[in-house]
Amino acid sequence: MSGERLRPSRLAVGGVTFVAVILLWYVATSAAQIIPGVYFPTPAEALQALRQISFVGYADGLLYQHFFHSCWLVLLGFAVAVGIGVPLGMLMGWSRRAEAAINPVFLLLRPIPPLAWIPLAIVWLGLGDAAKVLVIWFAAFVPAVINSYAGVRSIEPYLIEAARSLGVRRLQLVREVLVPGALPLIFTGLRLSLQACWTTLVAGELIGAILGLGHVLYQAGLDIFPAMIVVGMVSVAIAGGLMTAALGWLEVRAMPWHPR
Amino acid sequence: MARGSGDAVAPAIASRGPLSRSEVALLGCAGLLAFFGLWALASLSGLTSRQFLPPPWTVAAKFVELTYEPFSGYTLQQHLLSSFARFGMGFALAALVGVPLGLLLGWFRWLDAIFSPLFDALRFVAPIAWVPFAALWFGTGIGGPVLIIFTGAFPPCVINAHRGARYVDRRLVEAAQTLGARNWRIISEVLLPASVPSIVAGLRVSAGLGWQSLVGAELIVASSGIGYVLVKGQASISTSIVMSGMIAIGLVGFAIDVLLRRLEARLQRGRTHD
Repeated sequence: MSGERLRPSRLAVGGVTFVAVILLWYVATSAAQIIPGVYFPTPAEALQALRQISFVGYADGLLYQHFFHSCWLVLLGFAVAVGIGVPLGMLMGWSRRAEAAINPVFLLLRPIPPLAWIPLAIVWLGLGDAAKVLVIWFAAFVPAVINSYAGVRSIEPYLIEAARSLGVRRLQLVREVLVPGALPLIFTGLRLSLQACWTTLVAGELIGAILGLGHVLYQAGLDIFPAMIVVGMVSVAIAGGLMTAALGWLEVRAMPWHPR
Repeated sequence: MARGSGDAVAPAIASRGPLSRSEVALLGCAGLLAFFGLWALASLSGLTSRQFLPPPWTVAAKFVELTYEPFSGYTLQQHLLSSFARFGMGFALAALVGVPLGLLLGWFRWLDAIFSPLFDALRFVAPIAWVPFAALWFGTGIGGPVLIIFTGAFPPCVINAHRGARYVDRRLVEAAQTLGARNWRIISEVLLPASVPSIVAGLRVSAGLGWQSLVGAELIVASSGIGYVLVKGQASISTSIVMSGMIAIGLVGFAIDVLLRRLEARLQRGRTHD
């Protein structure tokens, strides 16, 4: 799966699978009509819906507007969560005292799934973007903290002692030892964070939004418009996939020394 | 943290050395006290309305009240029970389909080549994005939410069973093959037992994701259950009801996790005794 490099033959089989699925889709919905159109669209209908949302607009916006609006909210929530969560997690990993003080509060809040914060965020901030960013922030925050914490703890103590005996200052120690040492696990946390962000965003937008891919899904569900539901779902998958790929690219650039 | 003074090595060890038990308890209490204190302070200060941010004790009182006073038709326990029934169905379905599928994918390379790309592509669709189809195909009563829980809980089941089967000691498989075992017997008698730890770890992850998907499903489509309590609380702008619901969700999620952790530990112990 991931990590494992795809061999050409595997890639070919994968391609054949996709072609077969689309063919099967066509046969089941259009040619043989095994699945009635109320439940699942034909490929032609899906393309038509894609054209409609791309050029005419659907659910108060064009596809690219929905797409970028969703991506923007995820990025915003994700960035704030990483900005606060990673340092906090590293602090907890570094200082036993900070860990002892923060951990109980963290344990208290952690079992509450991010999605359960949505109603609270709506009560506090309304149906606008602020509520979504708050919930996305929370979704990304927990994995970011936990993995940064584990990342610092995974550093061999002798590395820190060695650095210290060479006389590095505190800031230098953080930059040269703690951050690089914790980075592999931090990135694991970021990947989990990103996934949680997308789930949360879609749920938040399904519950109430004026723009965004979740809003497209909501409107399509309301209108019983299966073709548009498919377009919305594929868009969500593509947006999530692109961001995950971007993070993977960043990971390789950030840790050139790390074996893949 | 007196890290500026003394020689270079000792402080590094001191700051990472274990604290005493009482120190941990004291600091932990201080942390909790600070959390609840700030919360109460923010609530009482009058900066926000009490309705938006009630103090902790109001929420606690509301939580207790909800356990005997019916809210939108049912008490808190009854809401939780109906949620849990949906969760159980979705989770069981995911495990019953996902684990065998993962084992098959781990054994038959050609099956893996065909299904893995599909599976990987589908995984990018957030479980919650299935809500419109779930409602369209199975309605909003039981079927719709169960499908969403299933889509949330399914991937870890498959992935971990797959990984478990893939990394089984080759010698075990070869020994079985030498003794004339066919595919079916190898899967059920070699791969399955050998990948139990990986499968149980996957089940734990999938239970967490399933529970979370359940909350999402109930927020959007259900007319009963714990997620519905949150929606109703939100609609009547009652933060204390919303928070009570969140606490209940957290408690059940925590209980599920503890139970599966126990199971995992027990299986691990049983294996080392063999």
